[in-house]
Amino acid sequence: MSTQASRSAARLMLSPAVLLLLVWMIVPLALTLWFSVQRYNLLTPDRSGFVWFANYAAFVTSPAFWLAILNTLLLVGGVLLITVTGGILIALLIDQPLWGQGVVRILVISPFFIMPPVAALIWKNMFFNPSNGLFAEALRGIGLAPFDFLGQAPLASIIVIVAWQWLPFATLILLTALQSLDSERLEAAEMDGANPWNRFRFIMLPHLARAITVVVLIQTIFLLGILVEILVTTNGGPGSESTTLTFLVYKEAILDSDVGTAAAGGVVAVILANIVAIFLMRAIGKNLDA
Amino acid sequence: MARAVSTQRKAVNTALAWGVALLIAFPILWTFLTSFKPEPQAVASPPVWFGFDWTVRNYVDVQRQRDYFDYFWNSVVLALGSTALGLVIAIPAAWSMAFVPGAKTKDLLMWMLSTKMMPGVAVLVPIYLVFVWLGLLDTRIGLVVVLMLINLPIIVWMLYTYFREIPGEILEAARMDGASLGREILYVLTPMAIPGIASTVLLNIILAWNEAFWTIVLTTTNAAPLTKFISGFSSPQGLFYAKLSAASTMAIAPILIMGWFSQKQLVRGLTFGAVK
Repeated sequence: MSTQASRSAARLMLSPAVLLLLVWMIVPLALTLWFSVQRYNLLTPDRSGFVWFANYAAFVTSPAFWLAILNTLLLVGGVLLITVTGGILIALLIDQPLWGQGVVRILVISPFFIMPPVAALIWKNMFFNPSNGLFAEALRGIGLAPFDFLGQAPLASIIVIVAWQWLPFATLILLTALQSLDSERLEAAEMDGANPWNRFRFIMLPHLARAITVVVLIQTIFLLGILVEILVTTNGGPGSESTTLTFLVYKEAILDSDVGTAAAGGVVAVILANIVAIFLMRAIGKNLDA
Repeated sequence: MARAVSTQRKAVNTALAWGVALLIAFPILWTFLTSFKPEPQAVASPPVWFGFDWTVRNYVDVQRQRDYFDYFWNSVVLALGSTALGLVIAIPAAWSMAFVPGAKTKDLLMWMLSTKMMPGVAVLVPIYLVFVWLGLLDTRIGLVVVLMLINLPIIVWMLYTYFREIPGEILEAARMDGASLGREILYVLTPMAIPGIASTVLLNIILAWNEAFWTIVLTTTNAAPLTKFISGFSSPQGLFYAKLSAASTMAIAPILIMGWFSQKQLVRGLTFGAVK
């Protein structure tokens, strides 16, 4: 049905979406690049002009930078490890015959629908609070001293919160993939005498490979942008102990009013996100042909 | 994998699965429970489970602050507004890519997806300044547009995967009968794609409702939704747990219920059709 008329009509139908996204992408990016080579601090607006790569140098050599990179890697890596391993185990469990499967699914998926500030506040106050949080109660209950989770282990605590938010996503996607597995293959393997571990290792895991890839890549994109959870719980501290790259850029821009350095940090963040994006596009693009 | 298993094994599975599920949902269940406690019992040590003086006072108190409903209403307007606007722009685009695919269609879809990967914080300052210049800061219309743009790639993608399942011949038949393109999309395609469109709407409302970056940095009071309201809840330090719980419950309940009905769509929408 690709006549000349329908082709031009199609182009017309497509143009609003394409133009809007083009503007949405190019205008802010161009401005960010422009600011990143300017001296631009909202506190000293009279001092301006080109500084070329000084902002990049300032951002990369700031004492918090390498710690922020390390924290970002730990946050993303830690959450991925917990959610993918936990997701596989829970998906395998829920996929078994059991009573009340529908309700179990609903309970497991629920944290995904909790808006980030609510999740962060619930954990911060009702669980991590060193004087009357539930964890402090539990520790007291077994005769241990209460522990200031967000003060003493800020990054690990944030990893717990974020992993709780994303575990349902991983579980749901892995469960969906698991349910598309041909049960005859499993039965055949069982009859050939394959034990449960081997059935998992050689049939299920390869079948789940693509779903795992998709989970890892999509979560990475969202995890690189985690901000509100840090803002609400630790504000990046104590010191810079729970400052990630995203939070560092936010801090430069909002708390220090240094637009130039923040823009340079933003460009660094864009580059990192793009490296991940390339891998994701390949994984999804391959699937389009199928 | 419906295989015959012994009742005994099914019972063990059930116990395990319910244990894990309750553990995962525990923070939400606990918040819900706490929202009905009087403040002193909310911070009681050891914690009170069910034997407390049940009350709805916390909800009344949160409601009485009146601003709560302003925030709630803003959340509704932003979620519905951005979804409606997104649909108007995405339906023609998805029609175009699904039924008149060109050599560049796949690249175009990929490029749309790539706009989603731009870290918000990297373009925070430019967007903020553009909002200041255009007078859009803390306005609903500005945020509706931003939320629409953020989710537009997902809407286009989801609609595209649903539209592709509709046979093109039906649309062609309508055209043979002399239907204009606009009528073809409005009266032939849209009714057939209603389930897919409904799924897309559902997921988009959830995503827009829970969006907690732009809604927080681009608003102060007038256009501030529940994400802003909740994140502004100053550290209660043990004094307002019950009220915090009531406010949290009110903020998450509508979307939690919608979410339960959207499990399948969630998988499809968030994996861009890669896992169905």
